[in-house]
Amino acid sequence: MPDPAVAVEGLSKRFGAVVAVENISFSIEPGSICALLGANGAGKTTTLAMLLGLVTPTAGVIRVLGKDLRTDRYSVLARMNFSSPYVDLPQRLTVAENLDVYARLYGVRDIQARVTELGRHLDIEGSMRREYRTLSAGQKTRVVLAKALLNRPELVLLDEPTASLDPDSADRIRQYLVHYQRSNGATILLASHNMTEVERVSTQVLIMRSGEIVDRGKPMHLIAKYGRTTMEEVFLHIVRNGDPADRQARYSVR
Amino acid sequence: MIAVPEQVFSARRIGAMILRYLYLLRGSWPRILEQAYWPTVQMITWGLVTQFFATNSSWVAQAAGVLIAAVLLWDVLFRAQLGVSVVFMEEMFARNLGQLFASPLRPYELVLALISISLVRTCIGVGTAALLAIPLYQYSIFAMGMPLIAFFANLLIFGWAIGLVICALLLRFGLGVESLAWASIFAIAPISGIYYPIATLPVWLQPVAWCLPSSHVFEGMRTVMFEQRFDVDRFAAAAELNVLYIVLAAIVFLRAVEVARARGLLLQSGE
Repeated sequence: MPDPAVAVEGLSKRFGAVVAVENISFSIEPGSICALLGANGAGKTTTLAMLLGLVTPTAGVIRVLGKDLRTDRYSVLARMNFSSPYVDLPQRLTVAENLDVYARLYGVRDIQARVTELGRHLDIEGSMRREYRTLSAGQKTRVVLAKALLNRPELVLLDEPTASLDPDSADRIRQYLVHYQRSNGATILLASHNMTEVERVSTQVLIMRSGEIVDRGKPMHLIAKYGRTTMEEVFLHIVRNGDPADRQARYSVR
Repeated sequence: MIAVPEQVFSARRIGAMILRYLYLLRGSWPRILEQAYWPTVQMITWGLVTQFFATNSSWVAQAAGVLIAAVLLWDVLFRAQLGVSVVFMEEMFARNLGQLFASPLRPYELVLALISISLVRTCIGVGTAALLAIPLYQYSIFAMGMPLIAFFANLLIFGWAIGLVICALLLRFGLGVESLAWASIFAIAPISGIYYPIATLPVWLQPVAWCLPSSHVFEGMRTVMFEQRFDVDRFAAAAELNVLYIVLAAIVFLRAVEVARARGLLLQSGE
């Protein structure tokens, strides 16, 4: 049986008195798309940051692509990549320059061919000579995604990858991400508030609340378990009070 | 497989970061102009002061160009420090630190890239001013010969050490300490003996001055210009202090990166 793409055991992070993540454990099968759900402040971004080595855990073990992140951080980082709304790219470099620099950092061979390929798939070919700062939010999102896929990562961590895209662009990006995942056998961990997206692309869901994982499973299983019709209803139910008996929204909008 | 095997130290990654800073420099002519602007203004001012003192001060008259040489070498120190800390700040302004520290780039490779681009920026800035001094004041600092390389190298390294400590403070306290990048080096200017011998300082302050590589460099520069000899002891003292300071600065910076990881500061580095 292959190693999980991600295996987390007893992971915690405290910032002083604030508990951001509390004793979570999970694993993600290689070649799957896993969604990490939770309300704002639930601990999703901190969890992703720990998987990237950007935040040191207070406790717990993280194994990524079969390696311990504490001891093999850099060899693992070369095989993964990410996008996050909490970081950005140099504003005054052109799109092509930004992608060139990151391709070199990640050791991409035949940079020009890879950048051209991603430019075509993510519809940023026409923006290559433009400074990053002059792009629209949607264009920036696509450039950051291109950067996240430059090195053909085996593991991609995506924090709200389609948040600033119009429905058409978001749909195209989702299609491309699924295509990328299938054609490369990659694993994607996706933090998202878009429940339609989660239902559509993910094979596994982890739901966080107040730093803990409160439920997990396949989207359809969770919908059935909570007696709902969509993941959005499951999400609202869990983040609001977590009480399985609570089926009544506070304010009904019809 | 599209990626090459991972290496503990990679010239490719350092080169990528240098390229990133060169792209930034190339993309903005005001940035290039700014590199040379202040060193040139300083050089012109002190050149005029030199012309005045050449006929009113026997000390300056003994070694024409001593004040111009001093201001050019001071700018080597200042530009070297700025070259590290301001470039690092640009990563913070761009909210790019998280991208870099989640990539295979090692923190020490980032340090090497920062000091490399600092060397480029210093050469552009001070080199332009030094070349302009030749037609303007008939003074060439390059006539100093080999000692100039020794002075240049020592001031560069000391500037890098100060710059790295400022980067560590920026990581720890954020852009709220931005002004340190511009102002902190002026705290050591009065005791570096840039324009006057260290003996001019109060006796109690002189031991402090001798703890700075810059004091040994400027004293050594005057020895070359007034006595036409290279003081090896001064050079050795500056070099030894620089080894100590650059190692300490690198440790402080790398430690600051670890503290930033522990406190989650790498995701909060923007404005």
